[in-house]
Amino acid sequence: MSPIVKKKGEKFTLPGKYLLFILTLLCTGLIVLTFSTDFLSAPASAVGGFLITPLQNGVSKAGAWLNTRSEELVQIRSLISENEELKAQIDELTMENIRLQQDRYELTNLRELYDLDAQYDEYEKVGARIIAKDSGNWFHSFVINKGSNDGLMIDMNVMAGSGLVGRIVDVGPTWSKVMSIIDDNSNTSGMILSTSDNLIVCGDLELYAEGVIRFEKLIDSADRVVEGDKIVTSNVSDKYLPGILIGYISKVNVDSNNLTKSGLITPAVDFEHLEEVLVITELKQTTED
Amino acid sequence: MFVGMKRFFVSVLLIILCFLLQTTVFQWLDFGGIVPNLMIVLTASFGFMRGEKTGLLFGFFCGLLTDIFFASVLGLNAMIYMYIGYANGKFNRIFYPEEIKLPLVLILVSDFCYGLLYYITFFLMRGRFQFGFYFMNIILPEMVYTILVTLLLYPLVLWLNKKLEESEQRSARKFV
Repeated sequence: MSPIVKKKGEKFTLPGKYLLFILTLLCTGLIVLTFSTDFLSAPASAVGGFLITPLQNGVSKAGAWLNTRSEELVQIRSLISENEELKAQIDELTMENIRLQQDRYELTNLRELYDLDAQYDEYEKVGARIIAKDSGNWFHSFVINKGSNDGLMIDMNVMAGSGLVGRIVDVGPTWSKVMSIIDDNSNTSGMILSTSDNLIVCGDLELYAEGVIRFEKLIDSADRVVEGDKIVTSNVSDKYLPGILIGYISKVNVDSNNLTKSGLITPAVDFEHLEEVLVITELKQTTED
Repeated sequence: MFVGMKRFFVSVLLIILCFLLQTTVFQWLDFGGIVPNLMIVLTASFGFMRGEKTGLLFGFFCGLLTDIFFASVLGLNAMIYMYIGYANGKFNRIFYPEEIKLPLVLILVSDFCYGLLYYITFFLMRGRFQFGFYFMNIILPEMVYTILVTLLLYPLVLWLNKKLEESEQRSARKFV
């Protein structure tokens, strides 16, 4: 290294300290000159602006580009975390949405129940939720979340939607077991609303799949009963309160004895999608007492 | 003459490149409004790599470039840089290319001296006496950032200088 320096030194015969001194004088001169006048600044700026500014423009663009890239890198990191957050939020919202949909169904059901309530508002009722059911697609018997603590008793009538579901057959402190009218061993005394002819509504296992229940022992000598007639609970029933809608007649047959008729009923209650029920806290027998 | 020309052009290119980087790219890559002082890195490096005269010439032109563009008074920065380059040239005797600690310390001290001198000439003269504030908010962050950039820039400058010297030695052998 040193030979080169010396070589260079030989070329520039001026030693460093003299050069320093000269340049210091030059600087001082420049300072004084530019401090007192602006006679040098314009050409200097012009030269600098002519030579350097275009380059600065170009590199500035490159710098801006680099800056954008680096910002993008930073943003990617924040975006990743934000993405995770948003995904979590989506899960949360999906859950909430499902919950709200359930709430909406429940609201619809409750509104229907309320309508029913308005329809049968002469009876005292308690709302209850189905918490368990027998295996099988249709509710034959199920468990509701209210029991003797809420004043429920055996044989109280249970409604849902716009019609009769069944009655309570078993009661615990906080639960009750309900047997529905479509149960195979259930027989309900009903009557045609328009003619007040009595009949017996029987649950039938074979008819579950078709969504209908059977009725029999209809005495209709005047032949006034037609399809679509409303069937309600009968006054003569010892378990069911009178006037609760059971369903609509969908088919009428004359029995072989030519005295009675039998047929099929479409129940008013959608037993397949039962969620909430109303329990009438009045017993038929107590009301008669 | 050819040898000197090559070094001259490389030096001019290097100064302009560093000046451009400092005034453009690093303005975008600032940390809290602080930009590293590449000119000081260049001046100090060539000072202790090549000796007093190269140092003061590098300093003079770096400073002059800064003056032309950003200073109200022409020559003040040139003088500051020049003295810093000259002072760094004094350490040429104890400089070894393999040693990284001395360059780092020299550049750090140079940047501090530059900050101090700049403060004295541009701020103290105008009655700004809060040196603590300027030290904590300008000088110290600039030193830190500059030394970080030095870790990247200095090897490049060192490599360039080595290449130049090799080519100069080759042509010197050829011509002598």
